[in-house]
Amino acid sequence: MTILSVRDLEKTFGSIVAVRDITLDVPAEQTVGIIGANGAGKTTFINMITGHLKPSKGTIRLEDRDITGWPSRAITRLGISRSFQMAQIFPSLTVFENMCAAAAASGLDGALMRVLAPLRSPATIEQANTALERFRIAPYRGALASTLPQGVRKLLDIAMAVVGSPRILLLDEPTSGISVEEKFGVMDVVMSALKSRRLTVLFVEHDMEVVARFADRVLAFYDGTVIADGAPALALADPRVQTLISGTKTDGQGHA
Amino acid sequence: MCSRTNLVGALAFIAAAAAAPALPAWLVSLATIAFANGLVVLGLVVLWRAGLVPFGQALFYAIGAYAVALLSRYAGWEDVFLLVAIGAAAAGIVAFLVGFLLARYRDIFFAMLSLAMSMILYGVLVKTQTLGSTDGFHVEAASFLGYAPHGQALNLMLFWLVLAVSAIAALLISLYFRTVAGALAVPVRDNEIRLEFLGISVNRLIHLKLVIAGVLAGLGGALAALAVAHVDPNMAYWTTSGGFVFVTILAGAGSVAAAFVGSFVFELVRSIAVDLVPGLWQLILGSVLLLTILFLPEGLGSVFHRLRRSPEKAS
Repeated sequence: MTILSVRDLEKTFGSIVAVRDITLDVPAEQTVGIIGANGAGKTTFINMITGHLKPSKGTIRLEDRDITGWPSRAITRLGISRSFQMAQIFPSLTVFENMCAAAAASGLDGALMRVLAPLRSPATIEQANTALERFRIAPYRGALASTLPQGVRKLLDIAMAVVGSPRILLLDEPTSGISVEEKFGVMDVVMSALKSRRLTVLFVEHDMEVVARFADRVLAFYDGTVIADGAPALALADPRVQTLISGTKTDGQGHA
Repeated sequence: MCSRTNLVGALAFIAAAAAAPALPAWLVSLATIAFANGLVVLGLVVLWRAGLVPFGQALFYAIGAYAVALLSRYAGWEDVFLLVAIGAAAAGIVAFLVGFLLARYRDIFFAMLSLAMSMILYGVLVKTQTLGSTDGFHVEAASFLGYAPHGQALNLMLFWLVLAVSAIAALLISLYFRTVAGALAVPVRDNEIRLEFLGISVNRLIHLKLVIAGVLAGLGGALAALAVAHVDPNMAYWTTSGGFVFVTILAGAGSVAAAFVGSFVFELVRSIAVDLVPGLWQLILGSVLLLTILFLPEGLGSVFHRLRRSPEKAS
Protein backbone atom coordinates (compact mmCIF):
# COMPACT_ATOMS: atom_id res chain seq x y z
CA MET A 1 0.00 0.00 0.00
CA THR A 2 1.37 3.39 -0.98
CA ILE A 3 1.70 5.79 1.92
CA LEU A 4 3.53 8.65 0.23
CA SER A 5 3.19 9.61 -3.38
CA VAL A 6 4.94 12.43 -5.17
CA ARG A 7 4.04 13.70 -8.64
CA ASP A 8 6.10 16.01 -10.89
CA LEU A 9 7.68 17.71 -7.91
CA GLU A 10 9.73 20.79 -8.69
CA LYS A 11 11.43 23.50 -6.66
CA THR A 12 13.10 26.55 -8.10
CA PHE A 13 14.95 29.31 -6.28
CA GLY A 14 14.92 32.21 -8.74
CA SER A 15 16.54 30.85 -11.88
CA ILE A 16 18.07 27.87 -10.08
CA VAL A 17 16.22 24.58 -10.36
CA ALA A 18 16.91 22.68 -7.13
CA VAL A 19 14.55 19.75 -7.71
CA ARG A 20 12.67 18.76 -10.87
CA ASP A 21 10.45 16.04 -12.31
CA ILE A 22 10.27 13.81 -9.27
CA THR A 23 7.52 11.24 -9.43
CA LEU A 24 7.59 8.28 -7.09
CA ASP A 25 5.54 6.20 -4.67
CA VAL A 26 6.72 4.92 -1.31
CA PRO A 27 4.94 1.84 0.06
CA ALA A 28 4.23 1.74 3.78
CA GLU A 29 7.02 0.42 6.00
CA GLN A 30 9.69 0.68 3.35
CA THR A 31 13.12 1.99 4.30
CA VAL A 32 14.40 4.25 1.56
CA GLY A 33 17.99 5.45 1.35
CA ILE A 34 18.54 8.72 -0.51
CA ILE A 35 21.98 9.30 -1.98
CA GLY A 36 23.51 12.03 -4.07
CA ALA A 37 26.28 14.61 -4.06
CA ASN A 38 25.98 17.91 -2.21
CA GLY A 39 23.51 20.16 -4.01
CA ALA A 40 21.77 17.27 -5.76
CA GLY A 41 18.43 18.23 -4.19
CA LYS A 42 18.09 15.61 -1.42
CA THR A 43 17.46 18.02 1.42
CA THR A 44 15.23 20.22 -0.75
CA PHE A 45 13.17 17.11 -1.50
CA ILE A 46 12.83 16.30 2.21
CA ASN A 47 12.10 19.94 3.04
CA MET A 48 9.20 19.93 0.59
CA ILE A 49 7.69 16.73 1.95
CA THR A 50 7.88 18.02 5.53
CA GLY A 51 6.50 21.46 4.66
CA HIS A 52 9.69 23.38 5.35
CA LEU A 53 9.64 24.54 1.71
CA LYS A 54 6.69 25.00 -0.62
CA PRO A 55 7.04 23.15 -3.93
CA SER A 56 7.04 25.35 -7.05
CA LYS A 57 5.16 22.64 -8.91
CA GLY A 58 3.75 19.16 -8.39
CA THR A 59 1.87 17.41 -5.61
CA ILE A 60 2.67 15.45 -2.47
CA ARG A 61 0.07 13.06 -1.06
CA LEU A 62 0.00 11.25 2.24
CA GLU A 63 -2.25 8.29 1.44
CA ASP A 64 -5.21 9.99 -0.21
CA ARG A 65 -4.67 13.43 1.30
CA ASP A 66 -3.01 16.19 -0.71
CA ILE A 67 -0.55 17.90 1.66
CA THR A 68 1.28 20.01 -0.89
CA GLY A 69 2.33 23.32 0.63
CA TRP A 70 0.85 22.63 4.07
CA PRO A 71 2.65 24.22 7.04
CA SER A 72 5.17 21.93 8.66
CA ARG A 73 3.34 21.66 11.99
CA ALA A 74 0.16 20.46 10.24
CA ILE A 75 2.16 17.88 8.28
CA THR A 76 3.88 16.79 11.49
CA ARG A 77 0.51 16.34 13.18
CA LEU A 78 -0.58 14.08 10.30
CA GLY A 79 2.32 11.80 11.09
CA ILE A 80 5.29 12.90 8.98
CA SER A 81 8.21 13.61 11.27
CA ARG A 82 11.84 14.45 10.61
CA SER A 83 15.31 14.87 11.99
CA PHE A 84 17.83 17.38 10.73
CA GLN A 85 21.32 17.46 9.34
CA MET A 86 22.15 19.87 12.16
CA ALA A 87 20.46 18.27 15.18
CA GLN A 88 17.52 20.44 16.26
CA ILE A 89 17.34 20.11 20.02
CA PHE A 90 16.78 22.44 22.99
CA PRO A 91 20.32 23.24 24.15
CA SER A 92 19.47 24.80 27.51
CA LEU A 93 17.43 21.81 28.67
CA THR A 94 18.70 18.44 29.84
CA VAL A 95 18.32 15.37 27.65
CA PHE A 96 15.40 14.18 29.77
CA GLU A 97 13.72 17.60 29.60
CA ASN A 98 14.21 17.60 25.83
CA MET A 99 12.44 14.26 25.58
CA CYS A 100 9.63 15.36 27.91
CA ALA A 101 9.11 18.51 25.87
CA ALA A 102 9.03 16.49 22.65
CA ALA A 103 6.67 13.87 24.09
CA ALA A 104 4.28 16.49 25.48
CA ALA A 105 4.42 18.64 22.36
CA SER A 106 3.75 15.80 19.98
CA GLY A 107 0.87 14.57 22.13
CA LEU A 108 -1.06 17.77 21.48
CA ASP A 109 -3.75 18.14 18.92
CA GLY A 110 -4.01 21.90 19.27
CA ALA A 111 -6.82 21.80 21.83
CA LEU A 112 -6.52 24.46 24.52
CA MET A 113 -7.19 22.08 27.39
CA ARG A 114 -4.33 19.83 26.30
CA VAL A 115 -1.99 22.82 26.23
CA LEU A 116 -2.96 23.60 29.82
CA ALA A 117 -2.43 20.06 31.09
CA PRO A 118 0.75 19.50 33.14
CA LEU A 119 3.79 18.89 30.95
CA ARG A 120 5.24 16.24 33.20
CA SER A 121 2.34 13.84 33.33
CA PRO A 122 3.17 10.24 34.25
CA ALA A 123 2.42 9.25 30.63
CA THR A 124 4.87 11.85 29.26
CA ILE A 125 7.59 10.82 31.67
CA GLU A 126 7.17 7.17 30.77
CA GLN A 127 7.22 7.96 27.06
CA ALA A 128 10.37 10.03 27.52
CA ASN A 129 12.13 7.34 29.55
CA THR A 130 11.20 4.61 27.07
CA ALA A 131 12.54 6.66 24.19
CA LEU A 132 15.80 7.38 26.03
CA GLU A 133 16.27 3.66 26.68
CA ARG A 134 15.38 2.65 23.16
CA PHE A 135 17.84 5.09 21.63
CA ARG A 136 20.46 4.18 24.27
CA ILE A 137 20.92 7.74 25.46
CA ALA A 138 19.54 7.15 28.96
CA PRO A 139 23.05 7.53 30.47
CA TYR A 140 22.99 11.17 29.33
CA ARG A 141 19.60 11.77 30.94
CA GLY A 142 20.68 14.63 33.21
CA ALA A 143 23.23 16.21 30.88
CA LEU A 144 22.55 19.59 29.30
CA ALA A 145 21.85 19.06 25.62
CA SER A 146 24.38 21.75 24.69
CA THR A 147 27.18 19.62 26.15
CA LEU A 148 26.43 16.39 24.24
CA PRO A 149 28.82 14.72 21.82
CA GLN A 150 27.72 14.86 18.19
CA GLY A 151 26.51 11.25 17.99
CA VAL A 152 24.29 11.58 21.07
CA ARG A 153 22.96 14.88 19.77
CA LYS A 154 21.90 13.17 16.55
CA LEU A 155 20.27 10.31 18.42
CA LEU A 156 18.40 12.75 20.65
CA ASP A 157 17.16 14.66 17.60
CA ILE A 158 15.87 11.43 16.04
CA ALA A 159 14.38 10.20 19.32
CA MET A 160 12.50 13.50 19.64
CA ALA A 161 11.19 13.16 16.11
CA VAL A 162 9.95 9.63 16.78
CA VAL A 163 8.48 9.99 20.27
CA GLY A 164 5.10 11.09 18.91
CA SER A 165 4.77 7.83 16.94
CA PRO A 166 4.83 9.22 13.39
CA ARG A 167 4.00 7.08 10.36
CA ILE A 168 6.72 8.43 8.13
CA LEU A 169 10.13 9.47 9.38
CA LEU A 170 12.60 11.46 7.30
CA LEU A 171 16.19 11.48 8.49
CA ASP A 172 18.41 14.10 6.92
CA GLU A 173 21.97 12.75 7.10
CA PRO A 174 21.59 10.92 10.42
CA THR A 175 25.30 10.09 10.49
CA SER A 176 26.82 13.36 9.26
CA GLY A 177 29.48 14.67 11.58
CA ILE A 178 29.95 11.23 13.09
CA SER A 179 33.25 9.41 12.60
CA VAL A 180 33.38 6.57 10.07
CA GLU A 181 33.87 3.96 12.81
CA GLU A 182 30.79 5.11 14.73
CA LYS A 183 28.42 5.41 11.78
CA PHE A 184 27.30 1.81 11.78
CA GLY A 185 26.83 1.86 15.53
CA VAL A 186 24.60 4.93 15.37
CA MET A 187 22.58 3.55 12.47
CA ASP A 188 22.22 0.22 14.27
CA VAL A 189 20.78 1.98 17.30
CA VAL A 190 18.44 4.04 15.13
CA MET A 191 17.23 1.16 13.01
CA SER A 192 16.72 -1.23 15.91
CA ALA A 193 14.86 1.50 17.81
CA LEU A 194 12.61 2.01 14.79
CA LYS A 195 12.04 -1.68 14.25
CA SER A 196 8.69 -3.00 15.41
CA ARG A 197 7.21 0.48 14.95
CA ARG A 198 5.83 -0.18 11.44
CA LEU A 199 7.42 3.02 10.27
CA THR A 200 8.19 4.23 6.77
CA VAL A 201 11.69 5.70 6.78
CA LEU A 202 13.45 7.88 4.23
CA PHE A 203 17.06 8.68 5.09
CA VAL A 204 19.70 10.75 3.37
CA GLU A 205 23.15 9.20 3.59
CA HIS A 206 26.53 9.72 1.96
CA ASP A 207 28.10 6.45 2.97
CA MET A 208 27.23 3.78 0.37
CA GLU A 209 27.97 0.92 2.74
CA VAL A 210 25.49 2.30 5.28
CA VAL A 211 22.89 2.67 2.53
CA ALA A 212 23.50 -0.83 1.20
CA ARG A 213 23.11 -2.30 4.64
CA PHE A 214 20.01 -0.49 5.93
CA ALA A 215 17.90 0.49 2.92
CA ASP A 216 15.27 -1.63 1.15
CA ARG A 217 15.36 0.79 -1.73
CA VAL A 218 17.71 3.50 -2.96
CA LEU A 219 16.88 6.81 -4.61
CA ALA A 220 19.91 8.32 -6.31
CA PHE A 221 19.68 12.09 -6.78
CA TYR A 222 21.73 13.96 -9.34
CA ASP A 223 21.25 17.56 -10.46
CA GLY A 224 17.82 17.87 -8.88
CA THR A 225 16.26 14.66 -10.08
CA VAL A 226 16.25 10.94 -9.45
CA ILE A 227 18.60 9.06 -11.79
CA ALA A 228 18.26 5.62 -10.23
CA ASP A 229 15.54 4.06 -8.11
CA GLY A 230 15.50 0.46 -6.99
CA ALA A 231 16.88 -2.19 -4.67
CA PRO A 232 20.27 -1.17 -3.21
CA ALA A 233 22.26 -3.79 -5.14
CA LEU A 234 20.77 -2.62 -8.43
CA ALA A 235 20.73 1.12 -7.81
CA LEU A 236 24.24 1.24 -6.41
CA ALA A 237 25.54 -0.81 -9.33
CA ASP A 238 24.00 1.56 -11.86
CA PRO A 239 26.87 2.94 -13.95
CA ARG A 240 25.57 6.49 -13.75
CA VAL A 241 25.36 6.27 -9.97
CA GLN A 242 28.89 4.91 -9.82
CA THR A 243 30.34 7.70 -11.94
CA LEU A 244 28.26 10.60 -10.77
CA ILE A 245 27.65 9.88 -7.09
CA SER A 246 29.81 7.25 -5.47
CA GLY A 247 32.76 8.34 -7.57
CA THR A 248 34.16 4.82 -7.66
CA LYS A 249 33.39 3.03 -10.83
CA THR A 250 35.23 -0.10 -9.79
CA ASP A 251 34.24 -1.41 -6.39
CA GLY A 252 31.39 0.77 -5.15
CA GLN A 253 33.07 1.14 -1.77
CA GLY A 254 33.58 4.89 -1.85
CA HIS A 255 33.60 6.73 1.43
CA ALA A 256 31.96 10.10 1.42
CA MET B 1 9.43 20.56 46.94
CA CYS B 2 6.65 22.40 45.16
CA SER B 3 4.26 22.02 48.07
CA ARG B 4 6.95 23.42 50.37
CA THR B 5 7.38 26.41 48.06
CA ASN B 6 3.63 26.99 48.14
CA LEU B 7 3.67 26.71 51.93
CA VAL B 8 6.47 29.28 52.23
CA GLY B 9 4.56 31.54 49.85
CA ALA B 10 1.33 31.18 51.83
CA LEU B 11 3.15 31.92 55.11
CA ALA B 12 4.80 35.01 53.61
CA PHE B 13 1.41 36.13 52.35
CA ILE B 14 -0.27 35.70 55.75
CA ALA B 15 2.65 37.37 57.56
CA ALA B 16 2.51 40.38 55.22
CA ALA B 17 -1.25 40.66 55.59
CA ALA B 18 -1.11 40.37 59.39
CA ALA B 19 1.80 42.77 59.81
CA ALA B 20 0.26 45.53 57.69
CA PRO B 21 -1.73 47.39 60.43
CA ALA B 22 1.44 47.61 62.55
CA LEU B 23 3.59 48.95 59.75
CA PRO B 24 4.18 52.65 59.07
CA ALA B 25 1.76 54.12 56.55
CA TRP B 26 4.48 54.95 54.03
CA LEU B 27 5.65 51.32 53.97
CA VAL B 28 2.12 50.01 53.38
CA SER B 29 1.65 52.44 50.48
CA LEU B 30 5.04 51.53 49.07
CA ALA B 31 4.28 47.82 49.29
CA THR B 32 0.88 48.33 47.65
CA ILE B 33 2.44 50.01 44.61
CA ALA B 34 5.32 47.53 44.61
CA PHE B 35 3.05 44.49 44.49
CA ALA B 36 0.72 46.06 41.92
CA ASN B 37 3.77 46.64 39.73
CA GLY B 38 4.99 43.17 40.67
CA LEU B 39 2.00 41.79 38.76
CA VAL B 40 3.25 43.51 35.61
CA VAL B 41 6.73 42.11 36.24
CA LEU B 42 5.24 38.64 36.65
CA GLY B 43 3.80 39.00 33.15
CA LEU B 44 7.21 40.04 31.85
CA VAL B 45 8.69 36.93 33.47
CA VAL B 46 6.19 34.81 31.50
CA LEU B 47 7.41 36.43 28.27
CA TRP B 48 11.06 36.59 29.25
CA ARG B 49 11.24 32.82 29.80
CA ALA B 50 10.35 32.48 26.12
CA GLY B 51 13.08 34.96 25.21
CA LEU B 52 10.77 37.93 24.64
CA VAL B 53 11.32 41.34 26.21
CA PRO B 54 8.57 43.88 25.49
CA PHE B 55 9.53 47.55 25.82
CA GLY B 56 5.89 48.58 25.72
CA GLN B 57 4.18 46.66 28.53
CA ALA B 58 3.01 50.02 29.89
CA LEU B 59 0.38 49.87 27.14
CA PHE B 60 -1.57 47.26 29.09
CA TYR B 61 -0.70 48.85 32.44
CA ALA B 62 -2.22 52.13 31.27
CA ILE B 63 -5.28 50.43 29.81
CA GLY B 64 -5.99 48.74 33.15
CA ALA B 65 -5.46 52.03 34.99
CA TYR B 66 -7.53 54.16 32.61
CA ALA B 67 -10.36 51.61 32.52
CA VAL B 68 -10.69 52.00 36.30
CA ALA B 69 -10.34 55.78 36.20
CA LEU B 70 -12.80 56.31 33.33
CA LEU B 71 -15.45 54.01 34.76
CA SER B 72 -15.24 55.62 38.15
CA ARG B 73 -15.28 59.14 36.67
CA TYR B 74 -17.87 58.85 33.90
CA ALA B 75 -20.00 55.89 35.00
CA GLY B 76 -19.68 56.49 38.72
CA TRP B 77 -18.75 52.87 39.40
CA GLU B 78 -17.04 52.40 42.71
CA ASP B 79 -16.71 48.71 43.49
CA VAL B 80 -13.00 47.83 43.35
CA PHE B 81 -13.56 44.18 42.51
CA LEU B 82 -15.64 45.07 39.48
CA LEU B 83 -13.29 47.89 38.41
CA VAL B 84 -10.16 45.77 38.71
CA ALA B 85 -11.78 42.86 36.85
CA ILE B 86 -12.80 45.16 34.01
CA GLY B 87 -9.34 46.78 33.92
CA ALA B 88 -7.71 43.35 33.60
CA ALA B 89 -10.24 42.20 31.00
CA ALA B 90 -9.82 45.35 28.91
CA ALA B 91 -6.03 44.89 28.89
CA GLY B 92 -6.48 41.20 28.06
CA ILE B 93 -8.71 41.98 25.09
CA VAL B 94 -6.26 44.55 23.72
CA ALA B 95 -3.42 42.06 24.26
CA PHE B 96 -5.39 39.44 22.36
CA LEU B 97 -5.95 41.83 19.45
CA VAL B 98 -2.42 43.25 19.17
CA GLY B 99 -1.14 39.72 19.83
CA PHE B 100 -2.05 38.70 16.29
CA LEU B 101 0.63 41.11 15.09
CA LEU B 102 3.12 40.99 17.99
CA ALA B 103 3.29 37.18 18.14
CA ARG B 104 4.87 37.16 14.70
CA TYR B 105 7.92 39.13 15.79
CA ARG B 106 10.96 38.26 17.86
CA ASP B 107 13.92 39.90 19.56
CA ILE B 108 14.44 43.62 18.98
CA PHE B 109 11.59 43.77 16.46
CA PHE B 110 9.18 42.45 19.06
CA ALA B 111 10.55 44.88 21.66
CA MET B 112 10.30 47.90 19.35
CA LEU B 113 6.85 47.03 17.98
CA SER B 114 5.46 46.71 21.50
CA LEU B 115 7.13 50.02 22.38
CA ALA B 116 5.58 51.67 19.33
CA MET B 117 2.13 50.43 20.32
CA SER B 118 2.43 51.79 23.83
CA MET B 119 3.59 55.15 22.48
CA ILE B 120 0.52 55.31 20.24
CA LEU B 121 -1.64 55.03 23.34
CA TYR B 122 0.52 57.64 25.07
CA GLY B 123 -0.03 59.99 22.14
CA VAL B 124 -3.79 59.44 22.23
CA LEU B 125 -3.96 60.01 25.98
CA VAL B 126 -1.91 63.22 25.83
CA LYS B 127 -3.98 64.67 22.98
CA THR B 128 -7.46 63.75 24.20
CA GLN B 129 -9.15 66.20 26.53
CA THR B 130 -11.84 63.76 27.67
CA LEU B 131 -9.12 61.31 28.70
CA GLY B 132 -7.54 63.90 30.94
CA SER B 133 -4.82 65.01 28.51
CA THR B 134 -1.31 65.51 29.99
CA ASP B 135 -2.59 65.97 33.54
CA GLY B 136 -4.65 62.79 33.69
CA PHE B 137 -7.26 62.81 36.38
CA HIS B 138 -8.14 61.84 39.89
CA VAL B 139 -9.62 58.41 40.65
CA GLU B 140 -12.59 58.67 43.03
CA ALA B 141 -12.37 56.81 46.32
CA ALA B 142 -13.37 53.20 45.99
CA SER B 143 -15.69 50.88 47.83
CA PHE B 144 -15.34 47.20 48.72
CA LEU B 145 -18.73 45.51 48.20
CA GLY B 146 -20.47 48.50 49.74
CA TYR B 147 -17.87 49.23 52.41
CA ALA B 148 -16.20 52.59 51.62
CA PRO B 149 -13.28 53.25 54.00
CA HIS B 150 -11.20 56.45 54.07
CA GLY B 151 -7.70 57.46 55.01
CA GLN B 152 -5.41 54.75 56.38
CA ALA B 153 -8.28 52.23 56.50
CA LEU B 154 -8.64 52.59 52.72
CA ASN B 155 -4.90 52.21 52.26
CA LEU B 156 -4.93 49.02 54.32
CA MET B 157 -7.89 47.61 52.41
CA LEU B 158 -6.15 48.36 49.11
CA PHE B 159 -2.96 46.74 50.39
CA TRP B 160 -4.86 43.58 51.32
CA LEU B 161 -6.59 43.58 47.97
CA VAL B 162 -3.30 43.92 46.07
CA LEU B 163 -1.74 41.26 48.28
CA ALA B 164 -4.60 38.83 47.67
CA VAL B 165 -4.59 39.42 43.91
CA SER B 166 -0.80 38.97 43.87
CA ALA B 167 -1.03 35.72 45.81
CA ILE B 168 -3.68 34.31 43.47
CA ALA B 169 -1.75 35.44 40.38
CA ALA B 170 1.48 33.95 41.75
CA LEU B 171 -0.22 30.62 42.41
CA LEU B 172 -1.90 30.52 38.98
CA ILE B 173 1.29 31.46 37.15
CA SER B 174 3.32 28.87 39.03
CA LEU B 175 0.72 26.31 37.92
CA TYR B 176 0.92 27.66 34.37
CA PHE B 177 4.69 27.19 34.32
CA ARG B 178 4.08 23.45 34.78
CA THR B 179 1.60 23.13 31.95
CA VAL B 180 2.65 22.20 28.42
CA ALA B 181 2.14 25.78 27.21
CA GLY B 182 4.05 27.24 30.14
CA ALA B 183 6.88 24.72 30.27
CA LEU B 184 7.57 25.04 26.54
CA ALA B 185 8.83 28.60 27.13
CA VAL B 186 12.51 27.66 27.13
CA PRO B 187 12.02 25.49 24.01
CA VAL B 188 10.46 28.53 22.31
CA ARG B 189 13.54 30.55 23.21
CA ASP B 190 15.93 27.74 22.27
CA ASN B 191 14.65 26.32 19.03
CA GLU B 192 11.45 27.22 17.24
CA ILE B 193 12.21 24.93 14.31
CA ARG B 194 12.14 21.84 16.50
CA LEU B 195 8.85 22.92 18.06
CA GLU B 196 7.23 23.50 14.67
CA PHE B 197 8.40 20.04 13.63
CA LEU B 198 6.83 18.58 16.74
CA GLY B 199 3.52 19.96 15.50
CA ILE B 200 3.43 23.08 17.71
CA SER B 201 2.43 26.55 16.54
CA VAL B 202 5.04 28.74 18.24
CA ASN B 203 3.14 31.92 17.34
CA ARG B 204 0.05 30.63 19.08
CA LEU B 205 2.05 29.74 22.21
CA ILE B 206 3.49 33.25 22.23
CA HIS B 207 0.05 34.74 21.63
CA LEU B 208 -1.21 33.00 24.76
CA LYS B 209 1.76 34.34 26.74
CA LEU B 210 1.02 37.85 25.46
CA VAL B 211 -2.56 37.64 26.67
CA ILE B 212 -1.47 36.35 30.08
CA ALA B 213 1.12 39.12 30.40
CA GLY B 214 -1.44 41.66 29.19
CA VAL B 215 -4.02 40.61 31.79
CA LEU B 216 -1.39 40.76 34.54
CA ALA B 217 -0.27 44.23 33.42
CA GLY B 218 -3.91 45.35 33.29
CA LEU B 219 -4.44 44.05 36.83
CA GLY B 220 -1.33 45.87 38.00
CA GLY B 221 -2.40 49.11 36.31
CA ALA B 222 -5.93 48.93 37.69
CA LEU B 223 -4.66 48.36 41.23
CA ALA B 224 -2.01 51.05 40.89
CA ALA B 225 -4.66 53.54 39.74
CA LEU B 226 -6.67 52.80 42.89
CA ALA B 227 -3.61 52.93 45.13
CA VAL B 228 -2.32 56.25 43.76
CA ALA B 229 -5.88 57.58 43.21
CA HIS B 230 -4.65 59.20 40.03
CA VAL B 231 -3.88 58.27 36.41
CA ASP B 232 -1.83 60.17 33.85
CA PRO B 233 -0.33 59.45 30.41
CA ASN B 234 3.06 58.69 31.95
CA MET B 235 1.62 55.29 32.83
CA ALA B 236 1.81 54.50 29.09
CA TYR B 237 5.17 56.18 28.50
CA TRP B 238 8.18 54.10 27.48
CA THR B 239 10.11 54.91 30.65
CA THR B 240 7.36 53.14 32.60
CA SER B 241 7.82 50.08 30.38
CA GLY B 242 11.57 50.42 30.86
CA GLY B 243 11.08 50.42 34.61
CA PHE B 244 9.24 47.10 34.42
CA VAL B 245 12.02 45.59 32.32
CA PHE B 246 14.54 46.95 34.86
CA VAL B 247 12.72 45.22 37.71
CA THR B 248 12.42 42.00 35.68
CA ILE B 249 16.19 41.90 35.23
CA LEU B 250 16.63 42.70 38.91
CA ALA B 251 14.19 39.93 39.89
CA GLY B 252 15.18 37.27 37.35
CA ALA B 253 12.92 34.78 35.62
CA GLY B 254 13.70 31.95 38.00
CA SER B 255 10.65 32.10 40.25
CA VAL B 256 7.24 33.64 40.64
CA ALA B 257 7.96 35.15 44.07
CA ALA B 258 11.01 36.95 42.69
CA ALA B 259 8.77 39.26 40.64
CA PHE B 260 7.20 40.63 43.82
CA VAL B 261 10.36 40.64 45.92
CA GLY B 262 12.21 42.36 43.06
CA SER B 263 9.48 44.94 42.69
CA PHE B 264 9.46 45.60 46.44
CA VAL B 265 13.27 45.96 46.60
CA PHE B 266 13.13 48.32 43.61
CA GLU B 267 10.52 50.58 45.20
CA LEU B 268 12.29 50.49 48.55
CA VAL B 269 15.70 51.36 47.12
CA ARG B 270 14.16 54.08 45.00
CA SER B 271 12.27 55.70 47.83
CA ILE B 272 15.24 55.53 50.21
CA ALA B 273 17.55 56.88 47.51
CA VAL B 274 15.17 59.73 46.66
CA ASP B 275 15.00 60.54 50.36
CA LEU B 276 18.73 60.48 51.05
CA VAL B 277 20.21 61.84 47.82
CA PRO B 278 17.36 63.40 45.81
CA GLY B 279 19.60 64.35 42.87
CA LEU B 280 21.36 61.02 42.55
CA TRP B 281 18.69 58.38 43.04
CA GLN B 282 18.96 57.13 39.44
CA LEU B 283 22.68 56.62 40.00
CA ILE B 284 21.98 54.48 43.05
CA LEU B 285 19.32 52.41 41.26
CA GLY B 286 21.67 51.93 38.33
CA SER B 287 24.42 50.75 40.66
CA VAL B 288 22.06 48.28 42.32
CA LEU B 289 21.15 46.83 38.92
CA LEU B 290 24.81 46.69 37.90
CA LEU B 291 25.75 44.86 41.10
CA THR B 292 22.83 42.46 40.63
CA ILE B 293 23.90 41.65 37.09
CA LEU B 294 27.51 41.15 38.21
CA PHE B 295 26.89 39.06 41.31
CA LEU B 296 23.44 37.54 40.74
CA PRO B 297 23.20 37.21 36.97
CA GLU B 298 20.00 35.23 37.31
CA GLY B 299 18.43 37.94 39.43
CA LEU B 300 17.39 38.26 43.07
CA GLY B 301 15.25 35.15 42.67
CA SER B 302 18.35 33.00 42.30
CA VAL B 303 19.11 33.65 45.99
CA PHE B 304 16.03 31.60 46.94
CA HIS B 305 17.01 28.90 44.50
CA ARG B 306 20.44 28.63 46.04
CA LEU B 307 18.96 28.46 49.52
CA ARG B 308 16.43 25.87 48.40
CA ARG B 309 18.91 23.73 46.54
CA SER B 310 21.44 23.43 49.36
CA PRO B 311 19.23 21.55 51.88
CA GLU B 312 18.09 19.28 49.06
CA LYS B 313 21.65 18.30 48.31
CA ALA B 314 22.22 17.45 51.95
CA SER B 315 19.17 15.19 52.21
